[in-house]
Amino acid sequence: MTFDRSIATAVLFFFIGAAAAQDLRIGLASEPTAMDPHYHNLSPNNSLLSHLFESLVGQDERQRLTPDLAESWKAIDATTWEFKLRKNVRFHDGTPFTADDVIFSFERAPNVEGSPSSFGIYARGKTFTKVDDHTVHIKTAAPYPLMPNDVSQVFIVSRKHGQGAKTPDYNSGKAAIGTGPYKFVEYTPGNRIVMQRNDQYWGDKPAWARVVFRGIKSDPSRVAALLAGDVDLIDEVPATDMARLKKDPKLTIAQTVSNRIIYLHLDHFRDDSPFVQGKDGKPIKSPLRDVRVRRAISMAIDRDAIVSRVMEGQAIKAGQLLPEGFFGVSSKLKPVGFDPNGAKKLLAEAGVPNGFRMTIHSPNDRYPNDAKIAEAVGQMLSRIGIDTQVVTMTQGVFFRDASTGSPDKGPKFSFILVGWGSGTGEASSPLKSLLATFDRDKGMGASNRGRYSNPQVDKLINDALATNEDAKRADLLARATEMAIEDVGIIPLHYQVNTWALRRGFSYKPRTDEYTLATEVGKAN
Amino acid sequence: MVFVIRRVFQSLVVVLVMSLVVFVGVHLVGDPVHILISDDMTQIEIERFIQKLGLDRPVHEQYFHFLANAARGDLGNSFVFGEPALKLILQRMPATLELAFAAFLLAIVLGIPLGMYAGLRPESPASKAIMAGSILGFSLPTFWVGLMLIMVFAVMLGWLPSTGRGDFMTWDGLRHLALPAINLALFKMALVTRLARAGTREAALQDYVKFARAKGLSPARVVLVHVLKNILVPVVTVLGLELGGLIAFSVVTETVFAWPGMGKLLIDSIQRLDRPVIVAYLVITVLMFVVINLVVDLLYSALDPRVRLKEAKA
Repeated sequence: MTFDRSIATAVLFFFIGAAAAQDLRIGLASEPTAMDPHYHNLSPNNSLLSHLFESLVGQDERQRLTPDLAESWKAIDATTWEFKLRKNVRFHDGTPFTADDVIFSFERAPNVEGSPSSFGIYARGKTFTKVDDHTVHIKTAAPYPLMPNDVSQVFIVSRKHGQGAKTPDYNSGKAAIGTGPYKFVEYTPGNRIVMQRNDQYWGDKPAWARVVFRGIKSDPSRVAALLAGDVDLIDEVPATDMARLKKDPKLTIAQTVSNRIIYLHLDHFRDDSPFVQGKDGKPIKSPLRDVRVRRAISMAIDRDAIVSRVMEGQAIKAGQLLPEGFFGVSSKLKPVGFDPNGAKKLLAEAGVPNGFRMTIHSPNDRYPNDAKIAEAVGQMLSRIGIDTQVVTMTQGVFFRDASTGSPDKGPKFSFILVGWGSGTGEASSPLKSLLATFDRDKGMGASNRGRYSNPQVDKLINDALATNEDAKRADLLARATEMAIEDVGIIPLHYQVNTWALRRGFSYKPRTDEYTLATEVGKAN
Repeated sequence: MVFVIRRVFQSLVVVLVMSLVVFVGVHLVGDPVHILISDDMTQIEIERFIQKLGLDRPVHEQYFHFLANAARGDLGNSFVFGEPALKLILQRMPATLELAFAAFLLAIVLGIPLGMYAGLRPESPASKAIMAGSILGFSLPTFWVGLMLIMVFAVMLGWLPSTGRGDFMTWDGLRHLALPAINLALFKMALVTRLARAGTREAALQDYVKFARAKGLSPARVVLVHVLKNILVPVVTVLGLELGGLIAFSVVTETVFAWPGMGKLLIDSIQRLDRPVIVAYLVITVLMFVVINLVVDLLYSALDPRVRLKEAKA
């Protein structure tokens, strides 16, 4: 054993030469699409760019808000928020950070050419005013309690370098000047991103002098790169490899629950739901509109089996929209228990004792094991008499049809499996998008593909979104969640688990938002 | 000259038809919008994005818009990266060319001698081993072989890096190149070996070889000059076509080894339905195949004086 190891070490040194001790090498499942922090509002981009850039408000590993470039913030009247900026912060080129940079960044963020997913949602409808060099006021037309959450999503760039700069200028590094703990060194799309420690950083100095990120999309290759010692840390560890990696004495695992829920959405708004038929194949009035049928479906699902068998333990069964500990979740809601007999009774009460026919649609390349979960659900429903056909497809087709596939540009399916990650880290995000009544002009219910609509739930959500006081807002959100879940607006299945694997001697503080941050990687000596 | 001009014209027609097929095909496959956007976007933001990409217009309009731009040399901007599709492809081309030529070289340098040996001594155990090996090279799936190479040489032995690319023509770069090049070369090597063997066996029986031997030429000269030259025609034809394949479709190897080349870009673009990149990629691929075929035709006439390019007209 020791002999083996000494040979291995010798070979390692001979071939590789010792990598500098302060280098950190990270293998990422998803690469960012640009180095422009306002180009693409997507986890891989935001995660990587938070090394170079910072926001006024940060999010910790459980997505609680923390002071970042703003030292403090408060609502000074019903519609105005005041942000006090941190003093003595400098950009990587040495220019001081001031309110001008903040105003500039929020002006730039919604207007990036060709941006596939714009930061406009966080900046539009707000008026930014510089009070002095270190104070900014943000005004909205109506009270807006989510201001700090919104502000935490937009990175502050240097005005000096950002003026007129387009996305390619950031990709080349010319404009990629931020205030963050790391400085831009190299970006080769498809290959690697290299960063150097910012020795003038205002906060805690990061442990690693140089960080190399490499995109290794293929799961087995990413694991192999870690096993071979070519990278020190990988994210999105495939569930199939977990058992083996856990046993490996050369590795450590870091995991935590994710802000992403996997859930089922059912058709609430059509009597003639397109993928629901009677047992004889003839059209029937959709039983999905009856809350007892929806509840029966939820009771027929064995969430423990899905978590342990399909997800190989890499998930936590869910009873609401976000796991415990997040802002605005209900303390009363628990996962619905597995009760096939009770489910059959409910079906009988609802007038469909023999069940009916239905199709579940699911993507097969979007969430871990998505197609397999749909198959499991289909089998479980068939057991209580709802003959369920399972149709899975690639995400490009699935999301188009699920959102706008019907002849009148509405949802095409009756019963779907989807997921939702709450970027803001609080319950208004899923409530607003999944359960509020679909309303294009108000921007509500954008992903409400079942068209669930309950005026009381809408009122609670709207009240919450107009309440600046945290405790009161949390309570309103929890009550909205309880009401919508009681109604079975959606059927929660499980929360995903985020997993990182590291070489022994390294540690990682796992995060709910799936971000992989070099600043959170420690040396466990 | 007429021959070359006609070829170029034919290829333009092929490019046009191909772009139409891909355009309509990708449109039917799905919608990139819902893959690209973040969950939090509102309906109005989504509409704004769809309009910006021009995806709200009918396909034929989008296609004519594309043609008009393409005529000016603009193949459109990637939906995902927001940069010109052509630039993205050219950026990744050196990595792919490096890998493809390394694999190509390996296939020739090892494949031809092995095949000739097996052809000259068909009954020897070594020849049988070579032929058995070539069957494996044909039939084992590339991604599996790639993973096995990583497991053995990177994970277990720790001799070579598992994935990624180093700097071009440095020691580190060559070490990174070794495994993916072998992986990519394996299939071609098996092919070349078998072609060379078949050709050698046929040539060895022909009169000119007997005559050369009778004339008292050294066996080395007979094999390395006379036989070799005669088996090259089929080998060149096949390799020419295969080189195009190596460059354009080394998708699997690039994915397994996280090699930052065009193949990886293509597969990522297909998954994200990044139509401008897919179309631009295939346009470039078609042009490349046309050029390679042209070179092969010209090489024929150099290798085999009986071939006259004018005859191709018939």
